[in-house]
Amino acid sequence: MRRHRGLWLYAAFSLAILWVCGHEMLTAYAQLVLMFIGINIILSSSLNLINGYMGEFSCGHAGFMAVGAYVSSILNVWLFTSHKVFGPPVLSPSSAVYLFPLTLLAGACAAALAGLLVAFPSFRTRGDYLAIITLAVNYIVKSSVENIQAIGGARGFMGMRKVIEEMEAVWRIPWIMLWILVFTGLTVWVLHRFVSSSYGKGIVAIRDDEIAAEIMGVDTRRMKLAAFMLSSGMAGLAGGLFAHILGYINPGTFTIMKSTEVMVMVYLGGMGSLSGSVLSAVLFTLILEVLRPLQVIKWVVIPLLLILLMLWRPEGIMGDRELTDVFPRLRRWFSADKGDVHGAP
Amino acid sequence: MALLEIRRLTHFFGGLRAVADFNLRLEGGELLGLIGPNGAGKTTVFNLVCGFYKPTEGDIFFLDKDIAGLRPHAVTAMGIARTFQNIRLWNTLSVFDNLCIAQHFRLGYGLGDVVLRTGRFVTRERHVRRTAEELLEIMGLRHYAQERPGNLPYGMQRRLEIARALATQPKLLLLDEPAAGMNPGEIDQLVETIRWIRESFTLTIWLIEHHMRVVMSVCERVQVLDFGQTIADGPPEAIKQDPRVIQAYLGSEELSHA
Ligand SMILES: Nc1ncnc2c1ncn2[C@@H]1O[C@H](COP(=O)(O)OP(=O)(O)OP(=O)(O)O)[C@@H](O)[C@H]1O
Ligand SMILES: [Mg+2]
Repeated sequence: MRRHRGLWLYAAFSLAILWVCGHEMLTAYAQLVLMFIGINIILSSSLNLINGYMGEFSCGHAGFMAVGAYVSSILNVWLFTSHKVFGPPVLSPSSAVYLFPLTLLAGACAAALAGLLVAFPSFRTRGDYLAIITLAVNYIVKSSVENIQAIGGARGFMGMRKVIEEMEAVWRIPWIMLWILVFTGLTVWVLHRFVSSSYGKGIVAIRDDEIAAEIMGVDTRRMKLAAFMLSSGMAGLAGGLFAHILGYINPGTFTIMKSTEVMVMVYLGGMGSLSGSVLSAVLFTLILEVLRPLQVIKWVVIPLLLILLMLWRPEGIMGDRELTDVFPRLRRWFSADKGDVHGAP
Repeated sequence: MALLEIRRLTHFFGGLRAVADFNLRLEGGELLGLIGPNGAGKTTVFNLVCGFYKPTEGDIFFLDKDIAGLRPHAVTAMGIARTFQNIRLWNTLSVFDNLCIAQHFRLGYGLGDVVLRTGRFVTRERHVRRTAEELLEIMGLRHYAQERPGNLPYGMQRRLEIARALATQPKLLLLDEPAAGMNPGEIDQLVETIRWIRESFTLTIWLIEHHMRVVMSVCERVQVLDFGQTIADGPPEAIKQDPRVIQAYLGSEELSHA
């Protein structure tokens, strides 16, 4: 029990949220905001792996999100509902209850494969040039989707709401909230383990000095593959979850604008700080909601905040430190699961 | 079987011939020096051996295997490690992590083990950390374990680079001007360290050095490079008297430091 305190704490927190949601004690709006917070945590912490820990500048995260969103949505609609293009359900609609996480993961895998579009070029180029490639990948994905009429093209794709309804018909719990909580926790947990292992720190060595990393025994290509696939896979996961909240997606959601939003969260939180990314995702989502009444002016205020941030605290909220570095007492709760493997020598 | 055998190694940078027809047979346990004026091609030879450049021509055999064209991390995995003329440590990681990451190619676990924290991960990671701790201890860096390398005194950074190379458990250690920028006290210590490392790790050491005091006191054999060509090869005393070597160094004060 002691070893996994943080995990238990998160499980208790998640159960509390689910209970509160199940008993209609939270407004639908508050639930929605909570769900967006989860998704933003996945997005920002996974992008931090590339932009923070590995020191590349990826600005196409929304592209991978789109791949995950579309693949998992199409799978679910095809498998569990009747659709004018895909025909009657292939499997019994109620089986969505346990197959849903698998279709989400399938979306994540597809996004991870799309990540190869950036990973392979990254063997030869980096910095600004790679940034442009990520931008291009974002456009390629968006334009491809726009041009496939079978999945709605620019009009978008829907029908995922029905999948969730099928699941709720089997067992009335807030399914989508449940899976957002599970996958948000999982993402942060996996990333935490990755970046605190000697294996994962290989990507920090690449950031610090790629030539020295390669010459001192780090297979930099393999590490880049791992990092890009992990990061884009997680973005795909976030996309899949996102698609099932409203039950409707369109390519216009996954533009450079969305990628920029994620980047803002990473820089706000601090590059190379996982807890920074989590904090800033929470903060950013809330700020976005608070500023919602401003409508379009919101997109003047937010960039302005970003400029101020870059002027006064360019390293973000946390810099490259973790919460446990700032408040060592937190270690009791969250570093316990590091076991004796990662304590200071 | 020679540890390292280089035959007719030639390398061009565009039209510039940086290394020309370089030959070497290095037996296990030797301590070989490589000297020459600035721009002679010494570092380029190291870069070719460690796989950073693919030679224009020639063969490099390490333990009878052709390593020319292998990627650097694979060469390191075979047992060749090096330090850099301009210190190249990972500066946002701790000294301790620098020593752990140098064991990356033989971690013996993968992403799945990291995520699931398998038994293999725990035992291997513990081993990696123990190796790093031992190196900190024997290289006198224990005190700096959690520091960032950039905060260390210059001499200590050079020591850390050597420690990091040792963390890969090499059979052949390449040192590129390990004494550069050191004060006389640090140089004496370095000479001690080099001797001691060779004894206790049973290593073969190949070093580039401008400080003749270091070369003369530790090397058993010295090769001299000038404009990419090998102009002399022999014991240090003979090298010092060789007219071609003196000629090559004419105008530079370096030999007089001896
Ligand atoms: N990447 C490169 N591209 C082009 N020319 C290079 C490159 N690296 C080295 N050279 C040139 O090759 C020649 C040999 O360089 P090298 O660095 O091997 O010399 P060195 O003997 O190590 O000199 P020093 O004592 O100054 O370190 C020099 O003329 C140098 O300018
Ligand atoms: Mg040199």
